[in-house]
Amino acid sequence: MAEGGLYKKYVWEIPVRVTHWVNFLAIAVLSVTGGYIGAPETLADSPSQYVMGWVRFVHFVAAYAFTISVTSRIYWAFMGNRYASWREYVPFVTREGRQRMLDTLKYYLFMSKRVPNAVGHNTLAGTTYLVVFMLYFVMILTGFALYGQRAPQSVMHKLTGWLFVLFSPQGMRLTHHLGMWLLIGFVIHHVYSSWLMDVKERGGVMSSIFSGYKAVRMKD
Amino acid sequence: MGKRSDEETADGAEQLLDLPRLLAERGVSRRDFMKFCTAVSAALALPATFVPRVAQALDDIKRPTLVWLEFQDCAADTEALLRAANPTVAEIVLDILSVDYHETIMAAAGHQAEEALAKVVKEQKGKYIAVVEGSIPLRDGGVYCCVAGRTALDTARQVCGNAMATVAVGTCASFGGLPAAAPNPTGAVGIKEAVPGATVINLPGCPLNADNLTATIVHFLVFGKLPAVDSHGRPLFAYGKRIHDNCERRPHFDAGQYVEQWGDEAHRKGHCLYHMGCKGPETYHNCPTQRYNEKTSWPVGAGHGCVGCSEPQFWDAMAPFYRRLPQVPGFGIESTADKIGLGLAVTTAVAFGVHGIASAFRHGDKSEGAQEDTDR
Ligand code: HEM
Ligand code: HEM
Ligand code: SF4
Repeated sequence: MAEGGLYKKYVWEIPVRVTHWVNFLAIAVLSVTGGYIGAPETLADSPSQYVMGWVRFVHFVAAYAFTISVTSRIYWAFMGNRYASWREYVPFVTREGRQRMLDTLKYYLFMSKRVPNAVGHNTLAGTTYLVVFMLYFVMILTGFALYGQRAPQSVMHKLTGWLFVLFSPQGMRLTHHLGMWLLIGFVIHHVYSSWLMDVKERGGVMSSIFSGYKAVRMKD
Repeated sequence: MGKRSDEETADGAEQLLDLPRLLAERGVSRRDFMKFCTAVSAALALPATFVPRVAQALDDIKRPTLVWLEFQDCAADTEALLRAANPTVAEIVLDILSVDYHETIMAAAGHQAEEALAKVVKEQKGKYIAVVEGSIPLRDGGVYCCVAGRTALDTARQVCGNAMATVAVGTCASFGGLPAAAPNPTGAVGIKEAVPGATVINLPGCPLNADNLTATIVHFLVFGKLPAVDSHGRPLFAYGKRIHDNCERRPHFDAGQYVEQWGDEAHRKGHCLYHMGCKGPETYHNCPTQRYNEKTSWPVGAGHGCVGCSEPQFWDAMAPFYRRLPQVPGFGIESTADKIGLGLAVTTAVAFGVHGIASAFRHGDKSEGAQEDTDR
């Protein structure tokens, strides 16, 4: 165990942390409102109330916040430090990266006792985030395509209408709906893995996404 | 008012006719005629100032020829046109047209009838209007639909290919419709796909709303061209807005008042049918404003969810009609997206819970801590 030479290293820059928590809040709000949009129950006793109206309004505001946040994070993948770089998401393109992914998998499967320490994302996590970003794109594209349906001559529909060549109108809704469950499944795994690595790496991953700092050993 | 000829001659596309006299014979007053012009202008989303222009154009009209072809159909569009108990002004406008061929309603039969069609195509090439009802089968050389010994495809190529314009009435003629539903045994397609070279305007709907046909024809007579269309070739005046956005039940949707079971309290009160699988949010048609049968009612007005009949491939694409979302492909028939999603979430939670317990008991892990990396 490395006791000596540990220091606090600034890993997650502000844009990484801010977009992470904006995404988290937005997804939470989008899932709750989306769940109601998907399977509404009568919650009003008079037609002059506006329950679904507000739920949809909140869904769309959160949708814009989410979209802006995701776009900002992508921008930062090119502008930020090496831990924010897009390269962190594709460790499998190098041989060394693939080796590390295997080591990490072995650790998770109780086949190895070497904790996969990483300053940035661990390699499996990085790959998973690539999939998560793909899910973000699917949610944003199908979301705006559904939103654009209300005004078929609008710019929004012109930008997203081509998606209806790939999806039937019903398939579009189903995809948007299933995407929510995939994200929820991811979050359960994600919070667990963060906790596990926090305990095992002792690098303070959990607090790092709030503070930006991780405990890192000096280069010998 | 414009010029009119007092003697009607029997033939010719260029002939003028006396509309006021025709109307008088049918017992339609000038006032009713003006009402009709106003209604059609409104349907076409023209400003009120256009009403006199529409009236004058109809007074002056030269008499174009129309032929009506029926292929793989149920004749509901013909039915929709003829259903009226009393002669309506709309019917009279269709009387302005010289309907030279219509299998269901013409007096001629057999070779005589087919000769009439051949004559129109030959003598009025590029000047007549073709109306097509029903889809056209392409599989096995088109043998699944033959009229007078010719395949539908053959007839359509000749008649629609030489027409000034072709109006596809109903979903089958527009997009293939019910005959084209999976597995589409006859290889049915709509007219535009069967005859790509033809000038086609699609008026889908199951059946189409006859008012939209009248309005399209009036537009054609008044402006000399077909109305502006959307990406599916449907006129914007009738298919430019979503059902959901014009629906009389929409206040209940926004409020959060839903029918949750057929015949429940909410259903009796006329609340929103979204929960019961209404496809109004994904369907473009003017049903809520134009309505059917002399503006009497329309499906959602009558308490049944929209099934999206004016959309391409609706039988497959809008299914299931009585549920909001389709089944997830590859899972059993009782599995909805939410059941599968919840299953996924619970499985993940349990799997990681077990992994967590196992991890808590594991000892002797080697961790050097992350090492600073300076390369790259
Ligand atoms: C992670 C992000 C998101 C989640 C979890 C989510 C969730 C959902 C869910 C579950 C539904 C109900 C679908 C159904 O059953 O038909 C829905 C509907 C919808 N969502 Fe999202 N959504 C997300 C992002 C977005 C985005 C970025 C937009 C873009 C504007 C959007 C726009 C819509 C629209 C327009 C509807 C249909 C509303 C209606 O028809 O009234 N969503 N969403
Ligand atoms: C909607 C929920 C969430 C989503 C979609 C999500 C997604 C992500 C993504 C994409 C990253 C990579 C960050 C980047 O490179 O920009 C990340 C990192 C991280 N998240 Fe989340 N997150 C969610 C919720 C949470 C929660 C609730 C926690 C903690 C309680 C958490 C803890 C962390 C930590 C510790 C990291 C950095 C760990 C690493 O190196 O991989 N996340 N998350
Ligand atoms: S009944 Fe159908 S079209 Fe009308 S508001 Fe409800 S969901 Fe929309």
